[in-house]
Amino acid sequence: MSRSLPDPEGSAPASSRETDPQKIPAAFQIEELRVAFGSRPVLHGISLEIPARQVTGIIGPSGCGKSTFLRTLNRMHEFTPGVRIQGRVRLFGEDIYDPKVDPILLRRRVGMVFQKSNPFPTMSIQENVLVGLRLAGIRNRSLLEERLEEALRMAALWNEVKDRLHAPGTELSGGQQQRLCIARALAVRPEVLLMDEPCSALDPIATAQIESLIRDLREHYSIVLVTHNLQEAGRTADFTAFFLEGKLIEFESTKKLFTNPHQKQTEDYLTGRYG
Amino acid sequence: MSPSPTPRAPQRKTRTDGFPKGMGDSPRYRMRKILDRLFQIVSALAAIVVISPLLLIFVFLLSSGGSSLTWDFLTQLPKPVGETGGGMANAVVGSCILVAVATAIGAPIGVLGGVCLCEYGGPRLRAAIRFTADVLNAVPSIIWGIVVYSWVVLRMKTFSGLAGGLALSFIMIPLILRTTEDVVRLVPPAYREAGLALGIRRSQVILHIVLATARRGVVTGVLLAAARVAGETAPLLFTAFGNRVWASRLDEPMAALPLQIFAYAISPYPDWHRQAWAGALVLLALVFLMNAVVRILSKGKTR
Repeated sequence: MSRSLPDPEGSAPASSRETDPQKIPAAFQIEELRVAFGSRPVLHGISLEIPARQVTGIIGPSGCGKSTFLRTLNRMHEFTPGVRIQGRVRLFGEDIYDPKVDPILLRRRVGMVFQKSNPFPTMSIQENVLVGLRLAGIRNRSLLEERLEEALRMAALWNEVKDRLHAPGTELSGGQQQRLCIARALAVRPEVLLMDEPCSALDPIATAQIESLIRDLREHYSIVLVTHNLQEAGRTADFTAFFLEGKLIEFESTKKLFTNPHQKQTEDYLTGRYG
Repeated sequence: MSPSPTPRAPQRKTRTDGFPKGMGDSPRYRMRKILDRLFQIVSALAAIVVISPLLLIFVFLLSSGGSSLTWDFLTQLPKPVGETGGGMANAVVGSCILVAVATAIGAPIGVLGGVCLCEYGGPRLRAAIRFTADVLNAVPSIIWGIVVYSWVVLRMKTFSGLAGGLALSFIMIPLILRTTEDVVRLVPPAYREAGLALGIRRSQVILHIVLATARRGVVTGVLLAAARVAGETAPLLFTAFGNRVWASRLDEPMAALPLQIFAYAISPYPDWHRQAWAGALVLLALVFLMNAVVRILSKGKTR
């Protein structure tokens, strides 16, 4: 793969990096986060510091609240009826649930990529990448062009689509569509990228491409990666948090968590005794 | 000793699950086959009954009014009583203007109403408004004529194209609202979420992403509603009223094809009767055309 923003260290193994989460400045500081839908509690007091410019994987069986957790980080629960959120989430020190914070502006700092690629069907590749900027009111042609190329190169898609930027985004293959969605999120230049099982609908080759992309992107972004694929967390994440039934069981460097978990529940899950 | 039974499968007329054993030669099976065939025939007959009126009407209109459907008919004003010839140009244009006015009023209200209902309304509000729209759709169209007569015509002290357009728009709004709501609801939530996650404001997400995704269905709904009101007579009787000359302004009485057909059909003059048939033919052709456009639009639907 060719890329204009080369990242020689990006593909370095996780072990050569800092392995103690406490020693790295935090992107998110989460304190006693509780989420309930109606009368059904989903998260029971999560406290966690997500390190900046690292890939933090979140693993756990289905229904453990990992997606719910991810969506509290960019306030995507805003429109869910009957949701109650307690506790504190700070993004680089700023409380994102402060009434003064505009969730729109927050989401421009915290991008999100979903499980199923969802390029807007009425828009071309170019329009898809630029829609976040355009609808935020940016009209400057040269700036838009610059961001278009930057985002597509970052998402390792530029070379594949540069000659057909006006083709519909839905014409691309599944893996390309997912990278288009990543480019779309990157075009607004967020600081954090939330990824909700981005590879679960992709074939192994497309998955490998996205995973290598994620490893490269951590030089510029703090990434939170929800996955139910343990190998994926092992391959991509610097740190891994294990969730079970709405609780954070363990948070460690990926290597430690996978080779030498402190908690029995973690070990049970890793060895396949849950879901 | 009883003879030792050789183990073999029991001989049965039918399998335990009730199916006959053979390959379709039992009388019961033959009966079913006949019933199946009969069902097909009855369905086909029903389909013919549905389609044939349209063909019959078209043929009948062609034979009765085809000869009067001349270039003059489409370009000339009506001639005074007693003179032969003349046409319905003012009514054709008038109908187009009335439908345009009705669409200009009804489409934005109906579309925005449908979108808001879908995007902002809770389930209970949505059900209530849907029910209301369904009731409004069932209101006889002459009621809308009376409403607009008392609201607008009496106040303006004149029949007018505007009043006619308004009456038609009242019929269009609930129709458009329902179709819009239906197609907007079909837009997958994933697109809304993706838009919101990019830091796009909700109103922009709705306008530029949700509505853009559903636009073909929305346009189809608007066109269908327009085709429906193009043929309405009752709401125009005491709003647009009709006019035998060109109406140059929206606050003057305006001619419309259905009104002109009505007036000519109940007149005692054979020449006018023929023109009424021709007018009906033109009206049918217009509605047919609009429906054809709808077909083409909805056929091109990708995804």
